[in-house]
Amino acid sequence: MSWTLTIPIERYIQALLDTLMMVGVSAGIAFAAGIPLAVLLIVTSPAGFLESPRFNRVVGSVVNGFRATPFIVLLVALIPFTRLVAGTTIGVWAAIVPLSISATPFFARIAEVSLREIDPGLIEAAQAMGCKKWHIVRHVLLPEALPGIVGGFTITLVSLIGASAMAGAVGAGGLGDLAIRYGYQRFDTQVMAIVIAALIVLVTAVQWVGDSYVRWLKNR
Amino acid sequence: MSEASVLRTGLGEAAWFDRTGYAARTDGTPLPHGVAQGSVVFDHVCKVYRSSAGPVHALKDISLAIPAGSIFGIIGRSGAGKSSLLRTINRLERPTSGTVYVDGVDIGTLDEGGLVRLRRRIGMIFQHFNLLSAKTVYENIALPLRVAGAPAREIERRVTELLALVGLQDKRDMYPARLSGGQKQRVGIARALATRPEILLCDEATSALDPETTQSILGLLRDINRRLGITIILITHEMSVIREIADQVLVLEKGHMAETGPVWQVFGAPRHDATRALLAPLQHSLPDDLRDRLLSRPPQAQRYRTVLRLSYTGAGRLEPDLARIAQALRRPVRLVHGGVDRIQGHPYGHLLLSVPGDDGQPLELSELTGGPQAVAHSIEVLGHVLDADHSH
Repeated sequence: MSWTLTIPIERYIQALLDTLMMVGVSAGIAFAAGIPLAVLLIVTSPAGFLESPRFNRVVGSVVNGFRATPFIVLLVALIPFTRLVAGTTIGVWAAIVPLSISATPFFARIAEVSLREIDPGLIEAAQAMGCKKWHIVRHVLLPEALPGIVGGFTITLVSLIGASAMAGAVGAGGLGDLAIRYGYQRFDTQVMAIVIAALIVLVTAVQWVGDSYVRWLKNR
Repeated sequence: MSEASVLRTGLGEAAWFDRTGYAARTDGTPLPHGVAQGSVVFDHVCKVYRSSAGPVHALKDISLAIPAGSIFGIIGRSGAGKSSLLRTINRLERPTSGTVYVDGVDIGTLDEGGLVRLRRRIGMIFQHFNLLSAKTVYENIALPLRVAGAPAREIERRVTELLALVGLQDKRDMYPARLSGGQKQRVGIARALATRPEILLCDEATSALDPETTQSILGLLRDINRRLGITIILITHEMSVIREIADQVLVLEKGHMAETGPVWQVFGAPRHDATRALLAPLQHSLPDDLRDRLLSRPPQAQRYRTVLRLSYTGAGRLEPDLARIAQALRRPVRLVHGGVDRIQGHPYGHLLLSVPGDDGQPLELSELTGGPQAVAHSIEVLGHVLDADHSH
């Protein structure tokens, strides 16, 4: 039994960094764009305090459209847009564009569910004490939905790690790409095993951190 | 009487912290002539909800004045429209027609900024407390002040003061989940008082609490009313809450005003079926065993006792004086059942008395319920029972 690596360890490190880069940046964008989107969907929904059925329906349809498209299709379909934004259609940054666009509506819907579960009595109490709309978002909606939002963000991170494996299709590298090229195409079982183990550790770590934070929030 | 004269005038956000009084008046704006601060007037208020089963009339032509500084109770069964009526005062709900005046101002005319300022003058507490679970006790009480733009030092001072008022100094940094129901409601009260409101709305504030905690919360509310002069408007489905603290009461039945008046009057002489139904749990009705033995006609050739019901409505503060009653009836009386309660010093209730019925002298009841000789507001013969023991 030999413990020598079939490919240099630098390849693994580079792949891990690529994955972390893709997931981290896309998750950041998804968070920054998804929260306002979720808040908009909630406050413009029927009985929301900025009720606007038409706006709500338009935004809702756009969100659903992106969610309905499989990531691998989106990756290819968005190539012209990616070129416009990232200036290139290959590499890590080229993958970040479709990853963020796919993760944002996904996260927005999850965050929307947590926001929807807030007791309407809390919003009523906030209105009764003289809160303006922004105060309600800032002091009631977001803090009260935080455990659900954090839980949803954890799920988003995990699906982003999965989706980033497909980014190899645009030459972005990453752990998934390594497994396909060496493990699958070159029958290098060792690479396959190491990549799978690394992904398991990564996902488990993300899930554990997310769960712990949610538990802490809920036990206050 | 424009909105501007009362609500809009130069009220800086930080003015809420003026120690000398209510922030809304710190600029010295006079109230509209003859209107006291903290008064609420409903003028032909109606509320109609659209539902799939057609329009629902939640409030039908409510016209009523709530005096400043009073504790005003609104009672009714669930679905009577209490909650809708209460929410028209801070415009959480808008009437379909009619007008609500707070301090003489038609609140329907307020713009968004005016509405926010109005709501800072009207505190509200809730059945389920509605505290923010992600904020500590301190942060919950501080929130109305923070959103009003108060400086941090002022917030600190005011919240500390409020924590002392509701007796929760040691819970300052706890989250609401760690508090009992009564403690949560105390936080709710402190939060509602933060901006020094002139009116406090209580939405079934004690309905989720056990009887002992209810007493302590009601005591706190009474204390706040007396010490701060705040008008308290509360809705409840429990007559006992009204009896405990309210000065005046409105009985709502299916969106209508069934009756309204001082509590002692409405309780002592209820005129509407809805009131009687709500009062039933508080009243001493005829005990079952007695009802079974009751005869409508005096039995022949047997000793019997006549059962009388004496009612006290609270009017004229007429006291149930047993010695005088016995003297007036010219025979000894026995107290069978009943009880007398006092609201605002007015005794009201019923007494069931029995008197020997076979001594040849007919009972003269007509002169006992009117004039200076009156011993009760009404006396009614319920029936007769055979005298089991022959002591009389």
